[in-house]
Amino acid sequence: MTNSKEKDAVKTPSNAQVIWQEFKHDRVAMFSLIFTIVLILVIFIYAATLNLEKVTNVNIFAQYDRPGQDGFILGADEGGRDGLKMLVVGARNSITIGFAVTIISSLFGIVYGMISGFYGGWLDNGMMRIYDFINILPEIMIIIVLVTIIPKYNAWNFIVIMSCFMWLSTARLIRSKALSESKKDYVAASRTSGTNDFVILFREVLPNLSSIIIVDTTLSFAGNIGIETGLSFLGFGLPESTPSLGTLISYAQDPDVIGSKPWVWLPAAILILALTLSISYIGQALRRAGDAQQRRG
Amino acid sequence: MWKTILRRIIIMIPQIIILSVLVFILAKFMPGDPFTGSITPQTDASQLHALKVQAGLYDPWYTQYFHWVVNMFHGNFGTSYQFKEPVMAVIGVRAVNTLWLSLFTVILTYLIAIPLGLLAGRYEDTNLDRGIMFFNYVTYAIPLFVFLVLGLWLFGYVLGWFPSGGSVSLSASGFGSVFSRFYHLILPGVLTALLSTTGTVQYLRSEIVDQKHQDMVATARAKGVPERKVFSRHILRNSLLPIAAFMGYSITGLLGGSVFVEQIFTYPGMGQLFINSISNRDFSVITALVMIYGILALFGTLLSDIIMSIVDPRIRIK
Repeated sequence: MTNSKEKDAVKTPSNAQVIWQEFKHDRVAMFSLIFTIVLILVIFIYAATLNLEKVTNVNIFAQYDRPGQDGFILGADEGGRDGLKMLVVGARNSITIGFAVTIISSLFGIVYGMISGFYGGWLDNGMMRIYDFINILPEIMIIIVLVTIIPKYNAWNFIVIMSCFMWLSTARLIRSKALSESKKDYVAASRTSGTNDFVILFREVLPNLSSIIIVDTTLSFAGNIGIETGLSFLGFGLPESTPSLGTLISYAQDPDVIGSKPWVWLPAAILILALTLSISYIGQALRRAGDAQQRRG
Repeated sequence: MWKTILRRIIIMIPQIIILSVLVFILAKFMPGDPFTGSITPQTDASQLHALKVQAGLYDPWYTQYFHWVVNMFHGNFGTSYQFKEPVMAVIGVRAVNTLWLSLFTVILTYLIAIPLGLLAGRYEDTNLDRGIMFFNYVTYAIPLFVFLVLGLWLFGYVLGWFPSGGSVSLSASGFGSVFSRFYHLILPGVLTALLSTTGTVQYLRSEIVDQKHQDMVATARAKGVPERKVFSRHILRNSLLPIAAFMGYSITGLLGGSVFVEQIFTYPGMGQLFINSISNRDFSVITALVMIYGILALFGTLLSDIIMSIVDPRIRIK
């Protein structure tokens, strides 16, 4: 009896192994993963070698240089700044801000959702009413208003303001999962044996949500880059001194630039597409890995 | 059912109150007051002070809040600093433009999303389904403003098929102006609609895939109902109803997007007015717009919940 049992017991693959298998079987996902890592590395290393002041220095003689002219590979913008260097610095800023917002808002959303779903009852009810209310606020408009009326506005303020609104979807998702986890036997067993709630929540329930959290964080990272660049595009994102990919695309609001000088804004648009598409694809592959019914590997 | 709807409306009242308090606080932090719009070089400082006292700007905040709410219910949001006109008059003209664009976009979104969702669900796991799911992933991942700028560049400038901005051509008149208005709607409407399909396609597809394995569908098949009818009569009816309920939520989504669409296509609607007012520090208009957008979003979710409770009796609160 014991022998056959041991034979049948196949070791459950770890999360990391499942994910690795999934990426090995999905070439596009593997390509997206490598592409994203290489792209981010190149951007950060190249940006580190640049002197920010020199890059943003205005040189009127090089105004709207065509690509290739005066040694500018991607041409120059209205201020005669090197398109390629601006692109790299902008991309670095956008990625950094997107990352920071994702970390802050996801952490908050996870804790909020777990507490709300785990305890249930009146606490959950109250927390969900707060959620409902923030959810109906016109977030883009309120962010823009806050950005305009805050004195001494800088990139850090912007990260905090954005995070105030971006935790919602994470909280909702984690709540529903925590709600169903908290009704499972292992939680009841742990509680009966006297484990305190904090340990149950973060040592026992949290690991079971890890695959969902990884997926959600990846997808929100792509989403947050999109929202930050969008706000910067409108002129209410990163301050003037820190160019973002959105700032570069906002030059396209000039009818002359969008029509006849595409080199000023098109590379930034393509870079945003490349980043958000590949990061989202990684997120989708991770989601499949987390759901045994959808796995390809 | 009336009880459910009534209850849902009562839930909305505290939400509106909190929203108004929040907007009021935001408004208090903005520089300027309702008279900033009517100040001219000839205005006497002491006269202005008297006006402010009369309007209660030195009253305690709760009195001010009360007056503000009463004024709001009378449609009085003060005077626009930029246009020297009552705020409601400024917003009114643009609200009509935004309404047309949103309506056009919502209709297009459903026209595109419903067939895609139906096909993907019916032909699950075929190449058609995979193609639609790929389209869905692309529309999910692309930020709206990048898509709009690229679309405007390609169709408005490179190919020159559509006008690059505005809501109506100045030279058009009579029937021509109606046509011109529609012509200006096409590009922003289609581009936005394409990106707004994601949720509906995904939801409809998974609804249909779920319905396929229901007992009643198996029964219908066992009775010998032709496959086409199984889909059109048994599965469709159950899957499409929740989609109708999304209508309200999509209003909320469109309002958020209208800021980008109208700014990029220089379309004179509420979104563009908002950005314009922010740039010109026209705070009485901004306050009014945030309040209006918030209330519209509230009514959007209310509408969705009401439709949902009509089509799905399980949701009705006991």
